[in-house]
Amino acid sequence: MNMTNRNEMNSGSPRLDFPPKQGLYDPRNEKDACGVGFVANIKGKKSHDLVKQGLQILNNLDHRGACGSEVNTGDGAGILIQIPHDFLTEVCAKQGIKLPAPGQYGVAMLFMPPDAKFRRKLEQAFEKIVKSEGLEFLGWRVVPTDNSSLGATAKSAEPAVCQAFIGRGEGIKDTLSFERRLYVARKRTFNEIRCSTLDGAQYFYVCSMSSQTLVYKGMLLTEQVGKYFPDLNNPKMTTALALVHSRFSTNTFPSWSRSHPYRYIAHNGEINTLRGNINWMHARESLFETDVFGDDIKKILPIVDPNGSDSAMFDNVLELLVLAGRSLPHAMMMMIPEPWANHESMSDEKKAFYEYHSCLMEPWDGPACIAFTDGVRIGASLDRNGLRPSRYYVTKDDYVIMASEVGVLDIAPENIAQKGRLQPGRMFYIDTEKGRIVSDEEIKNEIANSQPYRQWLNQHMLELGNLPDADKLPEPSHDTVLQRQQAFGYSFEDLRMLMVPMARDGVEAIGSMGTDTPLAVLSNKSQPLYNYFKQLFAQVTNPPIDCIREEIVTSAETTIGSEKNLLNPVPESCHLIELKSPILTNEEFAKLKHLNQPGYKSVTLPILYKVDKGAKGLEKAMNDLCKSASKAIKEGINILILSDRGIDKDNAAIPALLAVSGLHHHLIREGSRTRVGLVLESGEPREVHHFSLLIGYGCGAINPYLAFETLDDMIRQGLLVGVDHKTACKNFVKAAVKGVVKVASKMGISTIQSYRGAQIFEAVGLNEAVVDKYFTWTATRVEGIGMEEIAKEVEIRHRHAFPDRPVNGHALDAGGQYQWRQDGEYHLFNPDTVHKLQKAVRSSDYKAFKDYSAAVNDHMKNIATLRGLLDFKPGTAIPIEEVESVDSIVKRFKTGAMSYGSISKEAHEALAIAMNRIGGKSNTGEGGEDPERFTWTNDKGDSKNSAIKQVASGRFGVTSNYLVNAREIQIKMAQGAKPGEGGQLPGSKVYPWVAKTRHSTPGVGLISPPPHHDIYSIEDLAELIHDLKNSNRHARVSVKLVAEVGVGTIAAGVAKAHADVVLISGFDGGTGASPQTSIKHAGLPWELGLAETHQTLVLNNLRSRIAVETDGQLKTGRDVVIAAMLGAEEFGFATAPLVSLGCIMMRVCHLNTCPVGVATQNPELRAKFTGDPAHAVNFMKFIAQEVRELMAELGFRSITEMVGRTDRLEAKKAVEHWKAKGLDFSKILYQPEAGPEVGRYCQMAQDHGIDKSLDLTQLLNLCKPAIERGEKVRANLTVRNVNRVVGTITGSEVTRKYGAEGLPEDTIFINFKGSAGQSFGAFMPKGMTFALEGDANDYFGKGLSGGKLILFPPAASTFVAEENMIVGNVCLYGATSGEVFIRGMAGERFAVRNSGVKAVVEAVGDHGCEYMTGGIVAVLGQTGRNFAAGMSGGVAYILDEKGDFATKCNMQMVGLEHLDKEDLATLKAMIENHAINTKSTRAATILKDWDKYSPKFIKVLPKDYKRMLEKIKEAQAAGLAGEAALIAAFEANSKDKSRVGGS
Amino acid sequence: MAKPTGFLEFARQLPLDRDAVKRIADWNEFHTHADDAKLREQAARCMDCGIPYCHTGRLISGMASGCPINNLIPEWNDLIYRGLWKEALDRLHKTNNFPEFTGRVCPAPCEGSCTVGLNGSPVTIKEIECSIIDHGWEKGWVNPEPPQKRTNKKVAVIGSGPAGLSAAAQLNKAGHWVTVFERADRPGGLLMYGIPNMKLDKEKVVLRRIKQLEREGVAFKCNCEVGKTITAQQLLSEFDAVVLCTGATKPRDLPIENRNSKGIHFAMEFLHGNTKALLDGAKPPISAEGKDVIIIGGGDTGTDCVGTSLRHGCKSVTQIEILPRPPESRAADNPWPEWPKVYKMDYGQEEAKAKYGADPRVYLTTAKKFETDANGAVKAVHTVQIKWEKNDKGQFVPKDVPGTEKVLPAQLVLLAMGFLGPEQPLLEALNVERDPRTNIKAEHNKYTTSVAKVFAAGDCRRGQSLVVWAFNEGRGVAREVDRFLMGATDLP
Repeated sequence: MNMTNRNEMNSGSPRLDFPPKQGLYDPRNEKDACGVGFVANIKGKKSHDLVKQGLQILNNLDHRGACGSEVNTGDGAGILIQIPHDFLTEVCAKQGIKLPAPGQYGVAMLFMPPDAKFRRKLEQAFEKIVKSEGLEFLGWRVVPTDNSSLGATAKSAEPAVCQAFIGRGEGIKDTLSFERRLYVARKRTFNEIRCSTLDGAQYFYVCSMSSQTLVYKGMLLTEQVGKYFPDLNNPKMTTALALVHSRFSTNTFPSWSRSHPYRYIAHNGEINTLRGNINWMHARESLFETDVFGDDIKKILPIVDPNGSDSAMFDNVLELLVLAGRSLPHAMMMMIPEPWANHESMSDEKKAFYEYHSCLMEPWDGPACIAFTDGVRIGASLDRNGLRPSRYYVTKDDYVIMASEVGVLDIAPENIAQKGRLQPGRMFYIDTEKGRIVSDEEIKNEIANSQPYRQWLNQHMLELGNLPDADKLPEPSHDTVLQRQQAFGYSFEDLRMLMVPMARDGVEAIGSMGTDTPLAVLSNKSQPLYNYFKQLFAQVTNPPIDCIREEIVTSAETTIGSEKNLLNPVPESCHLIELKSPILTNEEFAKLKHLNQPGYKSVTLPILYKVDKGAKGLEKAMNDLCKSASKAIKEGINILILSDRGIDKDNAAIPALLAVSGLHHHLIREGSRTRVGLVLESGEPREVHHFSLLIGYGCGAINPYLAFETLDDMIRQGLLVGVDHKTACKNFVKAAVKGVVKVASKMGISTIQSYRGAQIFEAVGLNEAVVDKYFTWTATRVEGIGMEEIAKEVEIRHRHAFPDRPVNGHALDAGGQYQWRQDGEYHLFNPDTVHKLQKAVRSSDYKAFKDYSAAVNDHMKNIATLRGLLDFKPGTAIPIEEVESVDSIVKRFKTGAMSYGSISKEAHEALAIAMNRIGGKSNTGEGGEDPERFTWTNDKGDSKNSAIKQVASGRFGVTSNYLVNAREIQIKMAQGAKPGEGGQLPGSKVYPWVAKTRHSTPGVGLISPPPHHDIYSIEDLAELIHDLKNSNRHARVSVKLVAEVGVGTIAAGVAKAHADVVLISGFDGGTGASPQTSIKHAGLPWELGLAETHQTLVLNNLRSRIAVETDGQLKTGRDVVIAAMLGAEEFGFATAPLVSLGCIMMRVCHLNTCPVGVATQNPELRAKFTGDPAHAVNFMKFIAQEVRELMAELGFRSITEMVGRTDRLEAKKAVEHWKAKGLDFSKILYQPEAGPEVGRYCQMAQDHGIDKSLDLTQLLNLCKPAIERGEKVRANLTVRNVNRVVGTITGSEVTRKYGAEGLPEDTIFINFKGSAGQSFGAFMPKGMTFALEGDANDYFGKGLSGGKLILFPPAASTFVAEENMIVGNVCLYGATSGEVFIRGMAGERFAVRNSGVKAVVEAVGDHGCEYMTGGIVAVLGQTGRNFAAGMSGGVAYILDEKGDFATKCNMQMVGLEHLDKEDLATLKAMIENHAINTKSTRAATILKDWDKYSPKFIKVLPKDYKRMLEKIKEAQAAGLAGEAALIAAFEANSKDKSRVGGS
Repeated sequence: MAKPTGFLEFARQLPLDRDAVKRIADWNEFHTHADDAKLREQAARCMDCGIPYCHTGRLISGMASGCPINNLIPEWNDLIYRGLWKEALDRLHKTNNFPEFTGRVCPAPCEGSCTVGLNGSPVTIKEIECSIIDHGWEKGWVNPEPPQKRTNKKVAVIGSGPAGLSAAAQLNKAGHWVTVFERADRPGGLLMYGIPNMKLDKEKVVLRRIKQLEREGVAFKCNCEVGKTITAQQLLSEFDAVVLCTGATKPRDLPIENRNSKGIHFAMEFLHGNTKALLDGAKPPISAEGKDVIIIGGGDTGTDCVGTSLRHGCKSVTQIEILPRPPESRAADNPWPEWPKVYKMDYGQEEAKAKYGADPRVYLTTAKKFETDANGAVKAVHTVQIKWEKNDKGQFVPKDVPGTEKVLPAQLVLLAMGFLGPEQPLLEALNVERDPRTNIKAEHNKYTTSVAKVFAAGDCRRGQSLVVWAFNEGRGVAREVDRFLMGATDLP
């Protein structure tokens, strides 16, 4: 959740909230996540028990919350209940307040200053407002509190908690009107009290103010809520519903008001589109008009409290929609619509409802479970992707319990009527007035049919495609193409490397080996304005979206035109033009431009300026543009077309991004933005990053005319072949739109409509004046260029196109961004530095190395990095002998994560041997590791076992054995080259030996999903850290993040989630294959991320608990010393060690043609590998030696002394560079204020809390006979949801002793009863069997490594097992082998990334068997949507009784077949086992009537997998066996031209 | 990228030169082009490197690594693979004014640093380059492009060799009036009279380009020696800038006994006279016909002397080289992408071998004295083998190996031992400062001399070097002169 208070309102006196913005820390980036739940009586029967149960749910969600650096200060918790009339009547009576009948009064729950004398003033002001709103003020009550259990931080900001009682007053007819009046009064208190200068005003906060609901909350641990508020323990305190929330925030700062619940909601998740939502809401306000508020509407503005969290803001808007007259579910449907655009089975009425409402408001997009209530009705809704877990029980005695987990309350099995889960986009809704659960279908149908939405749309909405064609376009004059290309800065490289793949294949260009060119602000070349912006992406606190495999949730559709009054929907509100894509071909644009329809008026505004007038001319042109636009809007224009057609020698184009964003923000400020659509007609945009920025800064539609003319020109020249004009344009648009959707999805945004204006970017190298005016609210932290330089860059390009004397021939300049060119951009690795480094390490020549490092460090000539602009402040030199030794320093060095598969065996092993020789750490990367390497050694004592084992989203080769052999386990949240995206290994690189370590099939492409499917938020990450710690207690757990604004805040959360190490990667790191957009434009330099991380950790007093590592183009000792001073104590290198081993920066890793055998699997090329571990050892030692020399010079004896010493750095003086001179390093070099007690490097171990685990308290002891002597162990245990990762430690001990083989089947057999916590049986090896009677939460059987899991409902249950939820989401994630039997329904993403487990389950949710690469899954019932997305291996058998499975299956990579004899035998045996293990009646029925059921099974078989299986069979038939058969099959397959998928 | 797997699929292959025995009967070019299909295959071998070392043009240990004029090699390789000849030509001309010259005479440092050559055989870059431009001329795509706008600044270029020509071409493009002064009767300098016709055809190739330059507006004044025909001062007063591209034409001599005998000549004297005679339809002033020829010096000029002597019909030819025979493959201290110091058989040796059955080169050998007949004409060369030893300063010096003395009959001796620097009189007249090696003192990339508005480029500035370095300098000096004249420049 993003916090947005920019500056503290009240400085001085105690800090009640986040610290102010300082250095690189900005409270705007604060995030949190949580556990959420509610309990309600369906019939509305009130009881005190419900309060107690609510508090108990809270206690049982404790592990989803967090505490800060103090164990007794929580992040916040609270409870929302109905107005407890009896209780209040009693306590008020004691104070002499006589309460009227229920509903006739409201209660305000307030935080007030603790000092009574300040309080009185505030009370008076409050009373005055209440009275002036025509309400009756009844009296005050100070709520008793007991702060004895609170920690110091919470106490430091503790307010007084007060209740104010307010009578309904005369003339207020009904409850809704009363609520409205209370709302208006509350809104006024914000402006008139909280923002006043009254003493203590900073404490003032209204938790709730309603006649229906009451909120008790505070900066508490879950268990403290009941203790802190004695009220809650009073038996008279009754309610029929209780909504609870436990918060996990990324910081340790005191904040009482940020606890949930808010007035209508409690939220678990994060709104990613927040900035856009706020801007659009603000822009809409000027159109607000409604009878229900009348003139009061002005008092409630602004609707969105700018100081709130994203949840608070969501609550603000929901509240408005409800109070303005919409029902609660209706408002929820508007704000979080289901993915309707691509839905195959949604009713037309519902589609029409969503389509109509998309004209009123963009979705609030992001992972969310939102529980909402108005005090009578209570419900919950999931985001469109279903990214938060939510389970519920319905009992026979009319209770409903809903929470992030099952098992939060003990309910007798026989009392349970139903067990279910919330589904993506679906609503769970209870009406206590009606006394029943109202189904999603019923409630939504009712709302969808309440108005003839389809008819309204038919009447008013225009689809661009249906508009008449415009007159034939004039042929573009080809002789000017080159000239205009030059003016807009096109290079030949842009054409051949970026545009050709887009136009020919409809895909974005792929590259490799990261980027090592200067930031735009440091470049000597003229850079397009786009290059000053870096894409933000989701990591940890919310997941990126999988826009390829889970395409069903994405949408590129947008509308354009003028919006109407949000509060008064009328048929004409949808009088908009619908665009299938925001990028328009020349033909489509012509239609729009010549639109001649009633109600539409467009005007074209030129975006040109006199180039010789420079910055002044540019600024004037911007002002004129804004003025003309405002004027046009006043005249009723509703489409503004900004056009840069018509450039000539004198007139240059305003950078399109500047024009669009500048105008967008001008109109937002003016309040007229929603009245008009913005369309851009420009020759400038041509790549995905350009389109993403334009849309992200508010552009509605773009016609990149010169890009299309360029395609034409290339076709004519023969540079683009195999496509005609029409196809080329179509492909180009397709690739561009897919690219934009991907950029949005990296931030967790699924629709272009909500991405529009969401500003998911950080500026690097623009000064604040420019940003504040034209890119308002964008982060820019090192300042940089202004309008002067922007104009100069335009002028350089323009003069090149329109020179006084043309001397440059007939060809575009080469470029040099992606490949080195003499006249192109500077690269850190260039012919000179590569050669020098290789020469030095091969000849073991330190002097030659100094030559190399001098060339790299020669930043005065070639400023390429931020660190290049830093200098050391001299200190008192010390003799070098006193400095930490080379051998000691190199232990802090690591090599980067490069998978075996992306690089060759030879290169991968050389790095491992080298790092083991020096005691550093090599990293497996995400492809697993051959187990033989764990034990291999030679006469030199070398080892090939990588110290760091990486766990990435694909979980390739992540087994118990792999984890047990790690010294450090690294969770890759993101990768510098492609943060927010999954990796992929094309089938052609999946050679048999690669497939083996990845537990997959040779020749079949492998994809890792964009998110870790077990990490959608910070508390999920805490869970995975905990899981992995259990899997190997002796290994450190590290979390890899990529630098972006706010990464420090995330790192603080990671520290609170008990990681031992956090790695901050720069954006520029290497890669085997990534889209160029990501390589170049996503993420930030590590200098910024690292400094922010260190500062934030110190501010939070968390720095001493966690080691900080950094990597990203580290190349010299100087780089390392600067990294230490900015806050790192460990250092990673990847590209440079590869160069040491022979890499020559071919940048063809993705093509498998690496000519030096480094990044290839082709045996012919691998033979050319000439690297030696000694070369990498030399590199590491040389670096360390150089570090020592610098340390001696600066007077440091150890690395730890240097950590965070930014006081010894300064910005280089006298930087002459025309752009770089504007940079300001003060924020990077900022030292947060912190006392001497605050540690500045890692000096204490994290408390992982595994001592309390079920394994260490009971299980491991029980299993000792099995582990020590191989004896059989049988036992019965009970389990609760707070028992997480059960069996993993025990499993790790089995593996430690018996290796990958494990124990004989069923050596350990444990019967459990109860609701198991998350990750039950994770990574369990062979020989262990758990049978659980009850139910289980998410991540059941995660990483299963040979063990067996059996799950069935309690014997006493009466519900039908196969129709009720028994286990949560993401079961068997990354499991590699074993068996699983589940009697009941499983949640979403069952068996995601399964590569070997055989599982039987009775029904599954959406995205079943996603990304599966092996194993067998039998589903004996229904599946959800999008089954088998990305499934490249393994088999699934589905019992398709209704015959509709084909519509739910994602057919991109799989085929559906009938079962053959062999299949039937396999399946039958599995079902028989299922029946025996779980006593499944479903299985019994099927087996009994096998002839009837067996033909109804469908076999899901991946196409590539099938082809490989056939080839293997052919090879075997030809007499080959084992590996030889695999190799033959692989070769036969790679020659097969029809090969698809995975590449 | 042309074809990602091209280098794995196709072997390096050059078209066969004309048959060595037959070609020595004429003066026509010995090189032939491959057909289009073969050429495309060869272009497909280009790996389109992330760092195209072929395109870099750096000096490593004093030798060129990669193309000194930074030809956009991967790009035109790709275009040729696609059959886009015209586009390839445009890109080639972007960095190279005269690809038909480099395509014929450049020793191709690009191929020495080609990445495919790191552990295989490099792409046939030079062959592809030459084919692109020859094809362009053939198709009529190389047309005069006089500047659209004249600055009315006048620039004098002294010397019409490679540096002078490229400077003139670029300056003319920028709109200045350029006059090139050449003391010989024909323009082209080394290209005209240094390199023999069978390697670089004078009429068909050199003069074709010079005519083109004339059509674009460059004036050539031949038979005009600055300092004699026209004074240096005249030049300075008539022109807005003067560019010295006079080359490094002072040959290294061999002051041993009987050096002054008849029949002992500097190689350039021999080659110049030969080409002039050929063009004039006359007999060569120095002929090797029927003679035992000894060439002292194992470099390219020596090779040209071998080829020329063979065409004269010499009786025998021997080439003496003081250095050891280079290894067959790279030595450990000469790694890729450095210039490969390996044994190569050039056209002259190939021809000699075809005719006499052996490579004419003898290594680690030096001449001790010449023996003269009664007429004062040389009749033999006394040689001895040497070995290289370190002296007390740590420098390698040659030492005679006793007992290895030989007497080789010789009626014609050609000295091809390189050049010592520019001829000094003009430089003295202009009073430009020189460096200790007698070259004109001017910084690379600046090219300004100690005298206002006088610039220097090419061998007269850097000393004896490759034609392609001269092109680098010619283009560079043009850029700096343009900046000097106009205050700013768009010249690359």
